[in-house]
Formats: sequence, C-alpha cells, structure tokens
Amino acid sequence: MARLEAIVIGCSAGGPGALKTVLRALAPPLPLPVVVCSHSGESGTDLLVPLLARHARLPVREARERWPVQAGIIHLAPPGYHLLIERDRCFAYSVDAPVHYSRPSIDVLFESAAEAYGERLAGVMLTGASPDGAQGLARIRHAGGLAIVQDPAEALAPAMPQAALDQAGADHCLPLARIAPLLNELVHRE
Amino acid sequence: MELTDPALEDIELELFVRALRQRHGYDFGLYAPASLRRRVRQLVQTHGTGTISALTGRLLHEPEFVFDVIEGLSVPVSDMFRDPPVFRALREQVLPLLASWPRINIWQAGCASGQEVYSLAILLEEEGLYERCQIYATDFNPAALRRAREGIYPARAAQAWSRNYLAAGGCHSLADYYSARYEFIKLDQRLRRNVSFANHNLVTDKVFCEAQLVLCRNVLIYFANPLQDRVLALFSDSLVRGGVLCLGLRESLEFAPSAADFTAVEADLRIYRRNVFCSPDGKA
Repeated sequence: MARLEAIVIGCSAGGPGALKTVLRALAPPLPLPVVVCSHSGESGTDLLVPLLARHARLPVREARERWPVQAGIIHLAPPGYHLLIERDRCFAYSVDAPVHYSRPSIDVLFESAAEAYGERLAGVMLTGASPDGAQGLARIRHAGGLAIVQDPAEALAPAMPQAALDQAGADHCLPLARIAPLLNELVHRE
Repeated sequence: MELTDPALEDIELELFVRALRQRHGYDFGLYAPASLRRRVRQLVQTHGTGTISALTGRLLHEPEFVFDVIEGLSVPVSDMFRDPPVFRALREQVLPLLASWPRINIWQAGCASGQEVYSLAILLEEEGLYERCQIYATDFNPAALRRAREGIYPARAAQAWSRNYLAAGGCHSLADYYSARYEFIKLDQRLRRNVSFANHNLVTDKVFCEAQLVLCRNVLIYFANPLQDRVLALFSDSLVRGGVLCLGLRESLEFAPSAADFTAVEADLRIYRRNVFCSPDGKA
C-alpha cells in the first residue's frame, strides 16, 4: 500500500464529540496533515478550534486560504466557506452554493483532496445526519485512497456514515475508539 | 456521476478553457483550478452532456450557449450585509473617511446578484452620504447583472438579512427598504438612483474609474496567485491615494506584491487603505 500523505475527516451532528475522541488519540509527531470538515453552523471554527485544541495533542488551526497544507497540524474548514485542496497542496476557499445544505461541504473537501493526493490519502467519515461526504469518499476510493467509516451502529447520528457505506463502501468500518489507533498504525508504518 | 480518468479530464478541461478564451474571450486560465474543475463538472451534470468535451463542442458551435456556461462558472452566491461586522466597520470607520471627498466614487467589483450593492446603498443613505456617491457595480455575468438591477430576492432570505442589517448597526428595519410579494422581496428601486450596473471582467478589462472605495468580496478566492496579484494591482491603480479597499472576510493578501501599497484599517475585517505616499519602486 502507498504511504499516506494526508488524512481528511468529515463529520456533522455529534461531530465535535467524535472529533475529540479521534484527535485526542492521534499521536505526535504526525508526519502528515489532518484536514477536518465539520458542519458546525455559522459560529463554526470560532468555537471548534479552541475546543479541539484542548483535547488534541497536535496543534489545531483554521485552514488558511492559499497557505500550504502543513504536516503535523490539524486544519479545520472555516465556517461559511467550502475548503478545497489544490494539486499544489495549498488550501483554497469557495463560496459556491452549499452542498446538501452545508458550506463547508465534506464532498467538496474530499473530492479536491482526492485530486491532490490520489492513493496517498485516507478519508474518514464520522457521525452525522447528512448524505454529505458519501460522494467525496467514493472519489477518494476511486483514486486509490483509503476509506475509513465509523460504524453507523454506534455513531451518535448514523445517517452520514451509513450513506458513505452505501455509496462508497469502506476499507475499514470501525467503532470510534478504534479509528485513531488504526490511523496511528497506518501513518507510522514504513 | 461517472468518474473519469483524471489525466483525460485534464486534457478536456484545458480544451474547454481554451475554447472559452479563443471563441468567446472569457479567460479562466488563471482561475484556482480546484473550484473551476468542480464548476465545470457541475455544468456537465446540469446540461447532461456526459463529458466536458461535449460541453466544449456546444461552446464552439452554439453561440448562445456561452451565456449558460458563464452563468454556471460564476455561481454568484451572496447575502445582504453578509459578515455584519464588516458593514458595521464600513459604517463607523470607512464612511467618515470618505466624507472628506466632495464626490465619492465607489466600485463594487464582482457584484453578482447585487445584494451587497443594495446593502451599501442603504448604509450610504442612512449615513447621509448617498447623494454625493456614484456606485459602479460590475460583474462579468450578464444574467447576474440583470438580477442585480431587478433587486428581487427570495423572501425566505429576508429574516436572516434583517438580522444582519441590525447587527451591522442598522437604525431602522430592513423591511423599510423592500416590498414583499408572494415568495419574493423587491428592494426599493430608489436605492439604485446613483448605481450604474455595468459589465466588467476583472481578468481582461482595465481601470475605468477613479474610486474612493473599492469593494471586492469573495472574488479573489477564485483566482490563482498571478491573477489575484494582477487584480489587486488593478484595484490599487483605480483607488485614489487614501482610498479604501474592502475584501472578503477570509481573503489573504499576504502573498500579493500589491499588499505593500496598502495599510490595514481593520486587518481582521480585510479593510485596507491605499498608501498616500509612493512605494520605494516609484510606483504610485
């Protein structure tokens, strides 16, 4: 399997709690970037960045337009904008129409990340009550990347991981507690 | 949606961009690629052409089709008083600066469907400056300009826009400025009396006025760095010394050479003032 170069994570309803669990268990130093798209309303990252920063062992920041996607950092999509990753691995924003009523949209992030990283990408779908992200995850798999989906049976809101499983399938469908250990193992595998 | 081989799609996209440029004079070659690719894929879906190449074919052979394409590629999305703190700062900090000029030219670049133009007109009206102002509201999408002129918007947006208006320091009720009918609101057309809507393409067109204020919000995010730099230079050239530039709330100037021409009035709100003195390279 190709060495991973980035991890993208999508979540919606119940997302902040699930993110805490995953990010808390991601072990530094992390040789790649983590990019998170969470549907969190207009207040968005203003609240989520400090919340997650308290729990993560890695720096948490809002992804900045035109800036390079940096390893070792957890980047969050800004509220009210779609977050994309260009092929030169810099962040881009858009105010295109919401996707499945959401901006930022997980589909938009995942599809662009699949273009930028191809098979060297892992996409993670967590709890949520929206079909957003399913098509993006399918793109990631089609480009040869890895799909990890939280087991809908234990997700706070099962609709999103279920839609992802239905549309994209998964390489790993796991309870939340086992996702970070798997990522640690994949990341540090030579 | 069928997934295509990325290398093949790259060729198709390149030909599509070339056809738009050579056949119709619209240059998307320096747009940020990820969003452009997404919009073109959406056009394929909307028009059911199956491939980008088929879009290109229609673009070459059906002269009117270009307007559908431009509409799809510009996807104007905005709100009245979007980002209220910005409009509050315009009201409280920028308009008092502008008041020192006897005539005030304002250029709203990339006005899309006009929500921000009407917001601005309301602000100027309430601050007693409107009669001295000429607003040039430009966009390259003729359909968006038509909607902007009409000032008709879905009524379901009105509630959020009213909240924005009040958060931006509005002293009346937004409803004073529109009439509601069925599912739509129509902005008071008197707000348009000093507004000129005009077609202007930031990619290919030049300076056309000397402005005291240029607003261009959430347009530069779609441009790759070289084009962003060029457009910022265009704004700098259009502004009088001491004139004000207002960009989108999360647009970054950090990487642009023109950043040196400006000093932040409110850095967090992306409000800048063109420097009064020349920069060291002699450029005004």
